[in-house]
Amino acid sequence: MTMKINLTINNHPKTFIIDPSELLIDVLRREGYVSVKRGCDEGTCGACVVLLNGKAVKSCILLAAQAHEGTITTIEGVGTRDQPHPLQLAFVDEGAIQCGFCIPGILLSAKALLDKTLSPTKEEVKIALDGNLCRCTGYSGQIKAVLKAAAVMRGDKK
Amino acid sequence: MSQKTFEGRIVGKSVAKVDALSLALGKPLFTDDIPFKNTVHVKMLYSPHAHANILDIDTSEAEKLPGVLGVLTHKNASQVLHTTAGQGYPEPSVYDTRLFNKKVKYVGDRVAAVAAETVQIAESALELIKVKYAVLEPIFDWDKSYGNTIIIHDEGEAKYLIPVHYDSEKNHVAHMDAEVGDMDKGFEEADFIIDQTVRNHYAQHCPLEPHISIAYFDGHDRLVIRSATQVPFHARRIVAQVLGIPLSKVRVIKPRIGGGFGTKQEIITEIIAAAFAMELKRPVKFEYTRKEEFISARTRHPMTVQLKAGVKKDGTITAMDMKVTSNTGAYGTHGLTVMSNAGSKALPLYHCDNIKFVGDTVYTNLPVAGAYRGYGGTQAALALEIVIDELARTIDMDPAEFRLKNHIKTGESSPIFKALGEGGEGHEQTVDSVGLSECIKFGANAIGWWDREEYKKKHSTETKKRGFGLACLMQGSSIPFIDMAAAYAKMNDDGSFNLLLGATDIGTGSDTVLAQIFAEVLGLEMSDIIVLSSDTDLTPFDKGAYASSTTYLTGLAVQNLAEKIKAQLFEYASKMMNVPSSDLKLGAKEIKHSTTNQSISFSDIGTKALYTDNQQQIGAVASELSKKSPPPFCAHFAEVEVDTETGRVKVLRYIIAIDCGTPINPKLVIGQSEGALVNGIGYALSEQFIFNQKGKVLNPSFGNYKIMTTTDLPDIETIIVPTFEPSGPYGAKSIAEINISGPMPCLSNAIFDAIGVRITEPPYTPDRVLKAIQKHE
Repeated sequence: MTMKINLTINNHPKTFIIDPSELLIDVLRREGYVSVKRGCDEGTCGACVVLLNGKAVKSCILLAAQAHEGTITTIEGVGTRDQPHPLQLAFVDEGAIQCGFCIPGILLSAKALLDKTLSPTKEEVKIALDGNLCRCTGYSGQIKAVLKAAAVMRGDKK
Repeated sequence: MSQKTFEGRIVGKSVAKVDALSLALGKPLFTDDIPFKNTVHVKMLYSPHAHANILDIDTSEAEKLPGVLGVLTHKNASQVLHTTAGQGYPEPSVYDTRLFNKKVKYVGDRVAAVAAETVQIAESALELIKVKYAVLEPIFDWDKSYGNTIIIHDEGEAKYLIPVHYDSEKNHVAHMDAEVGDMDKGFEEADFIIDQTVRNHYAQHCPLEPHISIAYFDGHDRLVIRSATQVPFHARRIVAQVLGIPLSKVRVIKPRIGGGFGTKQEIITEIIAAAFAMELKRPVKFEYTRKEEFISARTRHPMTVQLKAGVKKDGTITAMDMKVTSNTGAYGTHGLTVMSNAGSKALPLYHCDNIKFVGDTVYTNLPVAGAYRGYGGTQAALALEIVIDELARTIDMDPAEFRLKNHIKTGESSPIFKALGEGGEGHEQTVDSVGLSECIKFGANAIGWWDREEYKKKHSTETKKRGFGLACLMQGSSIPFIDMAAAYAKMNDDGSFNLLLGATDIGTGSDTVLAQIFAEVLGLEMSDIIVLSSDTDLTPFDKGAYASSTTYLTGLAVQNLAEKIKAQLFEYASKMMNVPSSDLKLGAKEIKHSTTNQSISFSDIGTKALYTDNQQQIGAVASELSKKSPPPFCAHFAEVEVDTETGRVKVLRYIIAIDCGTPINPKLVIGQSEGALVNGIGYALSEQFIFNQKGKVLNPSFGNYKIMTTTDLPDIETIIVPTFEPSGPYGAKSIAEINISGPMPCLSNAIFDAIGVRITEPPYTPDRVLKAIQKHE
């Protein structure tokens, strides 16, 4: 049995034929959104985080069918080489990217936070990133980078 | 500080990591990010028993399942005895494993692999494989393994390629000993003796990207393996060895990889994927799940370390006697070298004339230990830094003062360097850059060490006690006279350079650091350098990412390489400008005359050399053999709060002060340091394997194996104390591993400082701490 789902991914309408039991991560990766990473398959590591209707969700514990008619953002849809998102720039500048495997998920969790508020406290940043594991950096640079990006997006002078 | 330091135009600057933006944009850079048509998927059947003989395997039902393409077991797979350790050849690890063994030796040992059209089919096929086991009694306690009547490797074929003591009849994987001075005299001279035994625990590296290999044949019918590996050249060699094919027919490509920390120094997925690819002539993917990472990748070596040390009232350490029993699990990968490093990466830290080290590695029927960041240094630091603290307290000397007095100083040596190396005798060396006194002083000031008693009183309550801890550490930079690294570069038309490195960037930033060194020598910008690393067909050899060696050793190779190219550029410019080379100097991407306005730009040289004048390829290859292993040093300071009612230990502040010589890229140094630190804190407080009585890991998931997240962090501060290592590239030493080793002893010392209870068996979970408190009362 198959079914058809309609999604808007990174502002492009898409229609996919899926198996109803397929997970969102599998459909996204199959369709070429390979920034969505597989780290645990149980919703704890956050490497597979995407934005679904603006909310950071773990695509490895969500059926693709549950996203039907939804709007999805993956990191492929955020920023370009010439015009990176302030979060991407801040992560690069702060040395907050080491192996980079967790980074798409972390950037999207951070983006979900900054889409809600541009004046998060350090504690709020920590809570927003709590569902994303990173084994390389020790997180401090990432927390700093999110706060820095928020300041840039607020238009604070340096 | 009297030591000179170096800050260059690009070296010493926190330039952006060369791959950072691409990673932030989510580009398809990892092993599994490139689609292959007709990919075959592999799933593995693991032993449910800790110790058993396989009497029979029936795979016929599995093979009949539609979509199943092949099944490998000990009956039909390669039977070449080897080690999975990705080390230099001949490996200092015992050859005691086959792709599939007839006797399974731990829960998680490999029994059969299925290749199928889909993962689901492969998984279903596993359930159809019928295995008859004769279950044997296992050994789980490594302190009871040596000479036990239960013999784990009783096949009688295992052997080392190097002359090392090995006795499978006694479950004895390796032995090392070393003695300097006179132990009896040392202990006689002591006013006090401390004798402490510690035990560390099983833990996993937890790279966010699990192990993965994709093997396929290219248009010339050569086997290509895309692999998340730390050791592409060792992987190529071992794949060829086990599958019995010429090395020249194998190409290993390491794309970006999602962390390693040692576990990807093991050849775990490559051979299986390659074996099926050879049979099926289709791309084959073997990807670990998180659960497989825990049960069947590699772990840290649990050890029992006994350290007996003597001290005089004036603070002189008179003797140190270290006994190590290391548990390598079911197979002996890195069994010898991790154990010997427990001595060699710890004992030289303090002045002492009389030192003895005895190390033994044994098998157990538990998961296989391997390389893990810290590599023995972590295990030894737990014992050493607890004992050092206790020696200081015994003579009423402040633990920081005691360490300041006793730690090795610039220009000094330790007899241990020669007596104990990595798996054999070591090499004499002096340590020529030591910033440890400054690390201790700066760290102490930053945390308020000297006023801590008053602070503790003020902030402690009846049940919540504050405490301060300190630990000092050393590591090495590469393995002397074993590790070799090479680099190659060529100049392009526009004056840019391709820098081809065998070195393996596993997220550490080595591609960036090495490009910085290259740029510094040649007056280039980072954007002038195109780095390509770790492709066995395209890049020169490098031993791989381990032993804290890349910045130091590959850095030296790159510096040599750039100097060679610089000489070529001067010679070329000299001919073009018709002036002697000695009149020329390096400018910004140009060669200039020292006194006149004459100059020739790199882009001119690049174009002319390729197309019109004195035509040649400007470029070179250079390599370096490690000749010493200068230790980085650091001091760790922690403030904890211990809840005496619940046993909960909360780390409030953690300060690390580090001496890595010249920090080539300070932000990457901080990233390496804090990443290691946070892993170390997690290991000290919460990370552990929980086994049932049959040796099965009960918590093989991130949900049940607790690694730290953002909300668990203490306030962390990293202080870089630059020194200048004369033997290193621009004065640099290593930084990758050292900081993982501090938290276990530092937090034990802090807990003791808070509540007067000594805990020697981490992790310091509430139940363990509470038990220790109750036992103490």
